[in-house]
Order: sequence, then C-alpha cells, then structure tokens
Amino acid sequence: MPAIEVVGLERAFGDVRAVQGIDLEVEEGEIYGFLGPNGAGKTTTVRMLTTLLLPTGGRAGVAGHDVVAEARQVRASIGVALQEAALDPLMTGRELIRLQATLQGLPPAAGRKRADELLERVDLAGAADRRVGGYSGGMKRRLDLAAALVHEPRVLFLDEPTTGLDPVSRKTIWEEVRELNDDGTTVFLTTQYLEEADQLADNVGIIDRGRIVAEGTPETLKSEVGTPHVELLVGEGALLEAERVCAELGRLLPSKDGERVLLEVAQGAADIPRVVRALDEAGIAVESLELVRPTLDDVFVAKTGHRLEGEEEAVPV
Amino acid sequence: MSGLGTNARVVRALGARSIRQTFRRPQLISPIIVFPTLLLAIQTGGAGAGINLPGFPPVQSFLQFMLAGSMMQSMMLAGNSGGIAFAVDIEMGFTDRLFASPIPRFAIVLGRLAGTAALGLFASVWFLAIGLIFGAHIEGGIPGALLATFLITASSLAVGGIGAAIALRSGSASVVQGLFPLVLVVLFLSSAFFPQELMIEPAKTIAEYNPFSFIVEGVREPIVSGIDAKQTLEAVAAIVGIILLGLALSASALRHRLRVG
Repeated sequence: MPAIEVVGLERAFGDVRAVQGIDLEVEEGEIYGFLGPNGAGKTTTVRMLTTLLLPTGGRAGVAGHDVVAEARQVRASIGVALQEAALDPLMTGRELIRLQATLQGLPPAAGRKRADELLERVDLAGAADRRVGGYSGGMKRRLDLAAALVHEPRVLFLDEPTTGLDPVSRKTIWEEVRELNDDGTTVFLTTQYLEEADQLADNVGIIDRGRIVAEGTPETLKSEVGTPHVELLVGEGALLEAERVCAELGRLLPSKDGERVLLEVAQGAADIPRVVRALDEAGIAVESLELVRPTLDDVFVAKTGHRLEGEEEAVPV
Repeated sequence: MSGLGTNARVVRALGARSIRQTFRRPQLISPIIVFPTLLLAIQTGGAGAGINLPGFPPVQSFLQFMLAGSMMQSMMLAGNSGGIAFAVDIEMGFTDRLFASPIPRFAIVLGRLAGTAALGLFASVWFLAIGLIFGAHIEGGIPGALLATFLITASSLAVGGIGAAIALRSGSASVVQGLFPLVLVVLFLSSAFFPQELMIEPAKTIAEYNPFSFIVEGVREPIVSGIDAKQTLEAVAAIVGIILLGLALSASALRHRLRVG
C-alpha cells in the first residue's frame, strides 16, 4: 500500500482553483520531492494531506487512512514541519519539544526522554533552555524538524524546509532528511529549489498552476528533455573547423549564440578526453569547455514554458 | 491517541503554555493586572465620597464596592488577552502545529481557556488581597471570598470562549485587540463601577439586562454583605449562558477555519 495516495484532489478558494485535480502516489520509504514555484499549489496540497484544510474535490489517503474521514488516524501517523517554522518565540526549545510530545500522547517521562534525545540529535542540546526567539533560522528549522519527529512518524511532511537558510544550514537539514529516510521514514518534501529536489528526492512531482505537469525520478525527467552535451568556445576563426571535427564525434546541437559548438555526449564526462584529443590533433585552440547536463529547470521549462520562480534565490551547496 | 487522561494532560500543558506566554509578554499581563489596579487606585482615591450619595447601596467603603468591578475588568481583559494570544498563534502558524496533532480540536480551545481561567483566578486573588491590605472587609468571610473567586474564574472561562471564537473566526490579533474598547463599554454599561440605582436612562435599562451586571452583583454581594443565593444563581446562569454562547461560536469558528485553512 502506498504511503500517500492522491486521486483527483482539488481545492478551490472561491473562484480560484489552487489545486486542480492532482493524482500522485508515494511509496513507503520514498522521498518524494514536490517541486514548483510560489503559488503553484504545493502548500495547499500539503495542508490537505496533513488534514489542516478540507479538499473541495477528489480524495487522498495517508498511511492508509483517508484525510477527511480518518483525519485523527492520519494525524497520529504523520510528522509535519510547515513553511516558516511555526514556533512560539517565547517558549524554550525544550518546552516546545515536550509540549509536542504531550500533543502526540507520550507519557510525561517518555516525553522528557524523547525531547532530550531529539535536541541532542539536531544539535540543539546546548540551546535547549534558551527562548526560540533568539534562535537563528537554521536552529529554528532544526527544532521544527525535531518536533515533527517526536512520535517517530511513518510519513514526514516538510514544507519548504530550507527556504531562506544559508548553505551550511541547508546541508545540515538535507543530511538529517537522508538519515530519517534511511531509517525508513517516508518523506514528502515541497521545495522551490531544483537542486534540493535533485539531491534528495527518489521521485519528483512538478506542479504548476495547480496541476502536476511532470512526475518521475529526477534522472528520467532530465533524460526526457535532452542528453548531456559539451559546450565549446574556440579561438577566433576556428568555429567552422571545430564544428567539422565535432560532427565526426557525435551529433551537434543548435548553438544559442552562434559562437559556440554544442556536441551531444552520450557518456557525459567520459567523452571529454576524446573531444579534447580530436580538437588538439586538428590544431584547434579551445578557450573553454563545459559539460552541460539537463537540469530539472530544463524539465520545468519544457513542461510549462517558463522558468521556476525563486530559483534565483537558491544558494548552491 | 484517546482517553480522558491524555486529553486532560494536553489541556493542562496548553493551559500552562498560555499562562507562561502571558507572563513572558508584558503587553498581555499589563491589561490584566496593572491597568485595573491603577484604575482601582484612581477611582477609590478620587471618587471615594461617592458612597455618601443618596441611593448608593450600603457599603463599608468605596474600595469594598469597587473590588468586584476591578475583578470583572481584569477578568474581561484576561479573556481579551487570551483571544489576542490565540490570534497571534494563528497568525504565526502555531495553531497549525496543534491542529496537525492527533488530539481532539476542542482540547486546543479548552487548553487556551484553562490558561485564561487560571489568569482569572490569579486576578481575583490579587484584588481580594489588595482589598484586604487596604482595609476592605469581605463580609461573606472565607466562603464569600471563595465564591467571588469561583465566579470570576468561571467568568474568565466564559469570556475567554468568546475571545477564542473571535480569534478563530478572524485569525487576526488586531481584530481581537480592537475589541478592547468594547470590553470597557460593556463594563461601563453594567453595574461594575457604578450602582445601577444611580444610573440614568438608557444606561440604567441596559445595565439592568446586561449579563455582566448579574455576574458583577453575584461577585459583589459576598464582599459587601454576604452570600445571597438568588444573586449567586443569577450570576451562575449568566456565566453558563456566556459559556454556551462561547462554545457554540468557537465550534462554528473551528469548522470555518478548517474550511478556509
């Protein structure tokens, strides 16, 4: 049985159809990346799957329970870390985790023990008795994640868990997500960062304007929109000769600016020595050579006709 | 998760958080204690001779008369502050954390109300202590003090329910905060600060039917003359009515919040 099963899920706010009949399946133990720009319907979908918002159409099941008819059972099976880490700045980290443990029905002694373990796990033991208002963005996200894990949920929903974080904090969250997944937790992760989906997700769903426009493994999706190629910039007057040499090595792709040679390389980096050798033998001076692989952004452009908003905010790790 | 014990633990934990939140945020505790205490001091010092007016009910001192009004004011502002804090929780998404937990959603509201009730209890003890320190007699003795404390605590629960319902419906702290002047209007149009007998129309008639007048008289009676069964029952009836109204409004607002997200 899938950990998450969604059929024709819809949500309208008056005339605005935020989610327009989406279907998806997430298997047990999978990391599912839900990728899309701001306002695409990611958060609305998560809110429906976590029982915080009633759907206006379709159905959804999480951990084998219907999100409307068996909302309580769904809530007992999931952990949720929503966008903008919903934390009380006046509470201490320890108070928050203990409160979460109580909300999840853990007996007091077990709740205290679990809080200590989780604070240690997310490296917040030293700051556990400080008020959350004084935490950095990364600390808040880690605390939020720890709170979501207090009852060892089967399915974990992370809504844009790294938005606005610095690269180091982002990497820490990624490592934590991978560890959780290694322990068997199914993770449903929304993000507007292509790299995040690429790095973490086993499967990716791309949502745009309330509809899923593509779904599959990152590699499958990328291979659908093109193959790796090298992009060559050669010395003045050598362009035609370089094109001739490269044409003997493989298929040439149309150049965007007419000043570069684009050569498809089926084996990616392994093909580069062959290309360099051929150009060298032909006496062509290469000014720059870059291996270009299709990205999820290319997939997004191919499927929607526009680029993913917010990607410019992404900080590479 | 099920069971009365577990739900009771959740209500207690949320109530404790609500109290901590109030004491850690000066702008929440100030209207509950500081403002009514100052008003009590100013009114008692400035209008103390009011008890000599013809028609003023027989009391030991103006302070003794005013204690019930100050407790009412503090209790109502505790309800308002509870509503503001709840709305802040909604605005910053904290209630999502609660709503996404496997607890009955009424427990979330009850937790908030438990905190407000505890603040009501604190306020009533505070004003009774101030009264005793500055020479007011509690004519009903310890049972009278306990009755006044019980009525104020229960009223906090009732008024807090209205505040919570408005917070849930609006999701906006500024909307709940905007009710602050209304709280004072409701109080001034009751017998909290002035005897009904000395009011002029239409305030007199409004005060006569204002449910808060029934509550304030139920609280005042054990302080100024002793426990009176009729007035106690009227106060309890008014409190129960407001509690039922608050619960109905909260339940409807909860459903609304789930629909609109």
